Amino acid sequence: MHDLKERAKKALKKKAAIGRDIDLSKYKLETSHEKASLAQISETDLLSAGIIPSGKGRSGSYIQEDHSVAHCNITQQGVEVSTIADALAKYDWLKDYWWKALEVDTDKYTAFTELQPPQGYFMRVEAGKKTDFPLQACLYMEEEGVLQAVHNIVIAEEGAEMNIITGCTTASSLQSGLHLGVSEFYVKKGAKITFTMIHNWKEDVVVRPRTGIIVEEGGVFISNYVSLKQVKDLQTFPTAYLNGDNAIARFSSILVAPEGSYLDTGARVYLKGRGSRSEIISRTISSGGTIIARGHLIGDAEDIKAHLECQGLILTERGIIHAIPELEGRLSGVDMSHEAAVGKIAQEEIEYLMARGLSEEEATATIVRGFLNVEIEGLPPELKREIDRAIAESENDLF
Amino acid sequence: MLILDGVSVEVAGKEILHDISMEVEPGKTHVLFGPNGTGKTTLLMTIMGFSGYKVTKGKIFYKGEDITKLPLYERARMGIGMSFQRPPTIRGLKTRQLVALCAKMKKDPEELARRLNFTEFLDRDVNSNLSGGEIKKSELLQLMAQNPDLVLLDEPESGVDLENIALVGEVIAELLDKAIKHFDEPMIEHKKKRKKSGIIITHTGFIMRYVKADVGHVILNGRLSCASNPEEIFACVGKFGYEECVRCMI
Ligand SMILES: Nc1ncnc2c1ncn2[C@@H]1O[C@H](COP(=O)(O)OP(=O)(O)O)[C@@H](O)[C@H]1O
Ligand SMILES: [Mg+2]
Repeated sequence: MHDLKERAKKALKKKAAIGRDIDLSKYKLETSHEKASLAQISETDLLSAGIIPSGKGRSGSYIQEDHSVAHCNITQQGVEVSTIADALAKYDWLKDYWWKALEVDTDKYTAFTELQPPQGYFMRVEAGKKTDFPLQACLYMEEEGVLQAVHNIVIAEEGAEMNIITGCTTASSLQSGLHLGVSEFYVKKGAKITFTMIHNWKEDVVVRPRTGIIVEEGGVFISNYVSLKQVKDLQTFPTAYLNGDNAIARFSSILVAPEGSYLDTGARVYLKGRGSRSEIISRTISSGGTIIARGHLIGDAEDIKAHLECQGLILTERGIIHAIPELEGRLSGVDMSHEAAVGKIAQEEIEYLMARGLSEEEATATIVRGFLNVEIEGLPPELKREIDRAIAESENDLF
Repeated sequence: MLILDGVSVEVAGKEILHDISMEVEPGKTHVLFGPNGTGKTTLLMTIMGFSGYKVTKGKIFYKGEDITKLPLYERARMGIGMSFQRPPTIRGLKTRQLVALCAKMKKDPEELARRLNFTEFLDRDVNSNLSGGEIKKSELLQLMAQNPDLVLLDEPESGVDLENIALVGEVIAELLDKAIKHFDEPMIEHKKKRKKSGIIITHTGFIMRYVKADVGHVILNGRLSCASNPEEIFACVGKFGYEECVRCMI
């Protein structure tokens, strides 16, 4: 642990590989309120990020406001949800997972997070167990100008299955803030994690998640990422390592960038296990903002199969969608492909629907709704519902 | 119902249709014959009001109103409906949802689809991975939901296999209120009250076995040649070809 702190200190000024450099000193670590409580957090804010305040229909909850835990509980045996600090104190072995899926000195954001007192959540499902309902986690920012830095660890033991829904959102009064989120996922042999994240930020919020995922033999990691509201500057590029044979990672993102938004997102997957498979799919819409949709697949084992798909729609005169799909085959036995398309909605499709009696606006909305309706294989219906709801809610902003 | 008065149409800067005049009376069904690329589809797209089809001369009247400049969707709302030759795929939009939209949520897509043996396609994306015949059924399904007063059908039978052609034909006859069935009044009385009109483009003429057309036309090189008995025209075209047919009819 000492060594990690040293490395972190040395990396405190290290700029990230991608994204505008953020001055951390402009945000505040101290907050005026003492102890957070769930009662103080607006229900609608939580609901809008897919978080159910009562915890009904969830097997466990973790809700953090700024720097303190507002609520944490579990309702199922064999399933753990706790603060990362408690977990570190309880389990000596947890240090074997601490900064093992990504490097502490990746950049100033990972380094800074390491040098804070540990905050964030720990989730684990025991071998062979399965979450009855999704686990939910919410990282909520309340105080104007706050810097929230968390380090989460999620472990699905052998043959375990877990569904997680994470909502990141802010108080309606908050305008600006910085969110740093380190997350490490460990999918053991034959295990499966479905991770659905709904981001609901504000016009002046800056976000720098840092995510590493390690998948063992036959393990499955499914990530669904939804960000439909304005956010000043978000840069994220989770990296998955498919180390075991026949491991699977699937990333789907649904992104909308209104004017004033800058989203630089994507995923990188190292396919190292024989027969491993990966898919990175994004549906992006610019209604005036900028989206950079990345994808980097590295095929480094026999019989791997990987596909990248970026589809972008630009709805307004101005708006930027920049798709950067990368395929890197490192030996001959790989099967990798990509497809990318960026443009406006085809006039032919709009008029086809108008011929059925829809006005131009209705036709456009119908096509956009379809465009965002990504079919995600293996997505549990309750998570699909949350995504559909988030899309339905944001429609009013789009048109 | 529909009157075209000296209509010329430009597509991509080129005049495709020249000085077309025709009248479709309420309750009447017209068929359009003509070789490939002579402007049949262009004529229907123009009546429907698609943006790429510019009326440079003449006027279009529908139900007594000049609709020449009316937007597409308003024409649809006034009761014009069309089945397309090559409709676009709309990703993520389910056929079921589109049919419900066409019916203004007033009819059950499942029930309509059953009539066409098409229920298994309801949960597919609109026009995605459909065969030629399936596209025709999907188009008809949408029209059944819309229930238009003027039905424009662009080669509704092409690509439809023999097993399905009768079904497609019957549904079209129903759309045009021409189905032979038992009426509570004498057939002749029903015919008088019939309001649905149609224009059908056909290459094969198969459709005429199921839908009795009232008037036939030939379009050749962007000109509409005659309004005559459809069976006669069809027979004539079959025997002598379009050129000869147009000559003899004039
Ligand atoms: N979008 C277009 N751009 C250029 N030419 C077109 C376009 N659509 C149709 N045309 C031309 O107009 C003519 C008539 O086409 P169309 O109405 O589709 O014929 P038909 O339906 O009788 O086979 C053809 O010569 C065709 O090439
Ligand atoms: Mg045609």
